[in-house]
Amino acid sequence: METLKEKKIQIKKEKTVKISGAEAIIHCLLAEGVDLLYGYPGGAIMPVYDELYKFQDKLTHILTRHEQGATHAAQGYARISGKVGVAMATSGPGATNLVTGLADAQIDSTPMICITGQVPRHLLGSDAFQETDIIGISTPVTKWNYQITKASEIPEVMAKAFYIAKSGRPGPVLVDITKNAQFDEFEFSYKKCTGVRSYNPKPKPNSEAIKAAAKLINTAKKPFVVWGQGVILGQAEEELKALVEKAGIPAAWTIMGASALDTGHPLNVGMVGMHGNYGPNILTNECDVLIAIGMRFDDRVTGRLADYATQAKVIHFEIDPAEINKNVHADVAVLGDSKETLNLLLPLLDSNKHEAWHNVFKEKYQIEFDTVIKKDIHPTKDGLTMGEVIEEINIATEHKAAIVTDVGQHQMIACRYAKFKETKSNITSGGLGTMGFALPAAIGAKMGAMDREVVAVIGDGGYQMTIQELGVIFQHNIPVKIVVLNNDHLGMVRQWQELFFDKRYASTVMVNPDFVKIAEGYHIEAKSVSERKDLKAAVQEMIASDKPYFLEVKVEKEDNVFPMIPSGAAVSEIRLK
Amino acid sequence: MENNQWFTISVYSENNVGLLNRISGIFLKRHINIESLNVSKSEIDNVSKFTIVIYTTDTWVHNIVGQIEKQIEVIKAFYHTDDETIYQESALFKIASDLLFDERQIQNIIKESNAQIVTVARDFFVLAKSGRRFEIDDMYEQLKPFGIMQFVRSGRISVTKDEMQISALLREFQYN
Repeated sequence: METLKEKKIQIKKEKTVKISGAEAIIHCLLAEGVDLLYGYPGGAIMPVYDELYKFQDKLTHILTRHEQGATHAAQGYARISGKVGVAMATSGPGATNLVTGLADAQIDSTPMICITGQVPRHLLGSDAFQETDIIGISTPVTKWNYQITKASEIPEVMAKAFYIAKSGRPGPVLVDITKNAQFDEFEFSYKKCTGVRSYNPKPKPNSEAIKAAAKLINTAKKPFVVWGQGVILGQAEEELKALVEKAGIPAAWTIMGASALDTGHPLNVGMVGMHGNYGPNILTNECDVLIAIGMRFDDRVTGRLADYATQAKVIHFEIDPAEINKNVHADVAVLGDSKETLNLLLPLLDSNKHEAWHNVFKEKYQIEFDTVIKKDIHPTKDGLTMGEVIEEINIATEHKAAIVTDVGQHQMIACRYAKFKETKSNITSGGLGTMGFALPAAIGAKMGAMDREVVAVIGDGGYQMTIQELGVIFQHNIPVKIVVLNNDHLGMVRQWQELFFDKRYASTVMVNPDFVKIAEGYHIEAKSVSERKDLKAAVQEMIASDKPYFLEVKVEKEDNVFPMIPSGAAVSEIRLK
Repeated sequence: MENNQWFTISVYSENNVGLLNRISGIFLKRHINIESLNVSKSEIDNVSKFTIVIYTTDTWVHNIVGQIEKQIEVIKAFYHTDDETIYQESALFKIASDLLFDERQIQNIIKESNAQIVTVARDFFVLAKSGRRFEIDDMYEQLKPFGIMQFVRSGRISVTKDEMQISALLREFQYN
């Protein structure tokens, strides 16, 4: 008996284990710790789906109703969990439908892998059925992309894809796999990627630059921190907090940096940018040292560049060398991972308070509160405001929810007024401004953090761009809370038409369907409110539910978002009305 | 306003399918025309070199080079002004053979321009000329009246006066 067993083992060892390329892809995903992906099948990716069927106990595939939904869901998952989101699609239209999500992930530095099927190698370039040059199409919107035409390339390329997507400044990677490479068999072995010779993801911090930064901060009279998503991606939330507390520096955030520091923290002075807070914007042009951490001076943050913080010395903490001096000249550039560089900086900082300077922010806040915030959050007029809805969500969720927003007025209002206790709580399409982002992203966010309350706040325009993903919420019973702030308009465009196009409201009025009926059609509990007296109870009921829930709030149709830095104006020219 | 000037961008990279598209896309995104492009091997084994000539401002070329360099398969990119480089282009002229005998001036042009006769066939001969753009243009203008059957000029190739420390960088990347 014993010898027979030994013999069997020996035979097994000698026999080379060959698997198909399609199965190899599954093993690569499992080796990278993936247990969830979003996608949509089709001809050129069917061998991989066939393997997914066999591995469904280890790997959950969520069938979105559109490939764009798969990318945003993968993004939502990545943004809340810090892990790589995975989306899969077939060739041709399946692949082209991923482009918006790729572009969004690229500009917002979100780690995501998109796997696309491709026509067989011998048909490439022949205009075969569902053939499209997705490598050519996706090149400008990916951190890296690669076309696999041989099964044996799969392990190395997949390992490289994951490494590139999540290392350094994260981003999306697309791997296109011809159908023959999915069918062909080869000897599989997997080794994680630990480096690519032409790619330096984390520049080594320069101690001289850190010393120079510390010196500037220690001698500053009116220092001001503006942080971005680099703090969240670098997991440097504690270091940021330690920095502002030790040096007593007022700190503001870009939309992508929201929630890295508790919104209730006394040194958190609010948001910068076009619809950011009054003080942080106006005082950008009064500070003497501007400490930018993990942010890229987007035009929506800087306003007119020629008049942006010209009086200040600028210190730029940044992982991506291409961002240094791209838009704003850095007097001191500190390259490196934010956690590493801030940790090196902290011991060099003197303790400070800067009380008088901090009081200036308080004064500016009072002005903004009196002219804008008060009537946004505690309105006295009849129509409901978006701000009071956000405030009710704050109360009902005790500032612990992750808020997923779409693009437009509701997004600006939500980002202005949502209160965040935890990091990675503000999931929005910042750089690309992708309408239709929120509903699928909320699905991904909920699945990436099942223990957290996830509230999607969406406008009536963007909601209808990916409304089909209600099907996913229904099919998989994903308990996201959906709030549509319905003003029957494309509100932000309408606001610009009112202010800058002499009230010519071209194509911004929306005649909307019965959203409650649509949600109910997907068997999702739904309610609509249009009066203030019903709002609190409706929000409370939604949050109390442990199931998916849809709440439509009919808000004032022609409200504007203020403050506002008009396009092309300087941050100091911010308008309160 | 900053002035436009000529810049030569040198890109050291892996030799991969699609990288040219990725690099040219960065110029496309900024609506910048590539005036000249050459791809060849470099002084390092298995490392390719792109030589790209553009006409733009110092700020833009700085940003462009940063964005090129951050592409995964790009090892390092540099940019230089004309003063900082030694550069040349090459051109080929195809001319009818009988002109070589009928037009004495042609022989003088060949001598004076330091052009080489690459081949002589029964019907045509081919001249090769390397040099600065204006030298090639000059020769073109001189030959034009006699009739040029075919003409082609290469992209710029250049080396820098200062060292490009690419080998050290590669070693550093590898041991990172």
